[in-house]
Amino acid sequence: MRAQLAETAAEAVAGVEDGATVMISGFGIPGQPFDLIDALLDSGARDLTVISNNAGGGDGGIARMIHQRRVRRVVCSFPRQTDSWHFDAAYRAGEVELELTPQGNLAERIRAAGAGIGAFYTPTGYGTRLAEGKETRVIDGVDHVLEFPLAADVALVSAHRGDHAGNLVYRKTARNFGPIMAAAASTTIVEVDRIVETGQIDPETVVTPGIYVDTLVEVRRS
Amino acid sequence: MNPHQQDPAQAPAGDTAEPLDRDQLAAVVAADIAPGSVANLGIGQPTRVANHLAAEQDVTLHTENGMLGMGHEAVDDEIDPDLVNAGKVPVTEAEGVSYFHHADSFAMMRGGHIDVCVLGAYQVSVGGDLANWHTGDPEAIPSVGGAMDLAVGAQRTWVMMKLFTKDGQAKLVEALSYPATGLGCVSRVYTEYAVFDIEPGRSGGDGAADDGGREPTVRVRSVHGVDREQLAAWLPATVECGER
Repeated sequence: MRAQLAETAAEAVAGVEDGATVMISGFGIPGQPFDLIDALLDSGARDLTVISNNAGGGDGGIARMIHQRRVRRVVCSFPRQTDSWHFDAAYRAGEVELELTPQGNLAERIRAAGAGIGAFYTPTGYGTRLAEGKETRVIDGVDHVLEFPLAADVALVSAHRGDHAGNLVYRKTARNFGPIMAAAASTTIVEVDRIVETGQIDPETVVTPGIYVDTLVEVRRS
Repeated sequence: MNPHQQDPAQAPAGDTAEPLDRDQLAAVVAADIAPGSVANLGIGQPTRVANHLAAEQDVTLHTENGMLGMGHEAVDDEIDPDLVNAGKVPVTEAEGVSYFHHADSFAMMRGGHIDVCVLGAYQVSVGGDLANWHTGDPEAIPSVGGAMDLAVGAQRTWVMMKLFTKDGQAKLVEALSYPATGLGCVSRVYTEYAVFDIEPGRSGGDGAADDGGREPTVRVRSVHGVDREQLAAWLPATVECGER
């Protein structure tokens, strides 16, 4: 089991096709794979569905993808924030679709896809607009909503260290969606601060086992 | 003198002669969090509660973006770009901190492992329904974040809010007119004029009609700068404002 080691972010994302569903890790800035996103934009990829917690802030990363109108549809929990001007403009212009999902449901739907779960019942969202039209069921006296998995063609993930086997460790709250997205996509591409030799990461501390990782690229973050 | 003010010497324990300001309200909430609890403090006003937690309370803070054991807001060279809270504000680590991914973080919440969650609100109904994610304005871009998960996940969901909207409408209502975040989930409401306990599980639902025959489900724990008759005049009849 070995991850492909790409020389550049451009090489790492070269296989992403137009129309792809792309998961992008991050919660705001921590964990967002800015180098992979820039490389994907440079590749010309368009008509993308993006699954991420946010719909971009400021002018970089996911915000840049939306500004350049490469994103047809966003699945996220929290698109509107003080610096989400690119998403706000695209949304108001009717140039991006939004599927809004509660954050915990977003995470569990992604986890379910990676874990081979067909669907799950959750109390979150019951009786709200975001559960309209969904199947419900009372379990042990509590109302639940049926939620389906979210899978992707590609996951773009940012991690701290990766070894040649693809094993990953993260740093602090930059971990966020990385581990579950890595498992939920057909192809997982990871940017790391440093690629180390296999064996250099204590196996007891591995957070994402290499089985979930296809391609690694080292990026130097300033 | 305001006729609604009470003589502090005669006020029941916990009552005050003046309405609570934001920091006093945060201090009241903080004092009610049981020692040894794990708590999640929502974005905005609830964040202020952390400033009033005493070290000896030994309260552990959870932040839904994957951290248990959150410290104070980071300043200057404490700022680490990989370490933020749910409001995306740089924070520090407390002793015993741990990190985990988002699915684990919400499993921790949904699974009832968090003792108390404190949230802001647009409205709370007498049945404990919560509205805090959407004003209902059709022009607004909807954004929910973790609000719905937090509302139903913790052992106890408490709300901190102003008792009135800017145009004078009470925010403790018979039935929500704003879109619901969760039903029957709020068990306590802290406002500048009073603190209320809500009997759990009495949800009226999103926009549900008043059934007219409902038992009182809300009781006043303490009043601040008003007497109980005045408070009763402001609020739905099902709020029990008499002495406990």
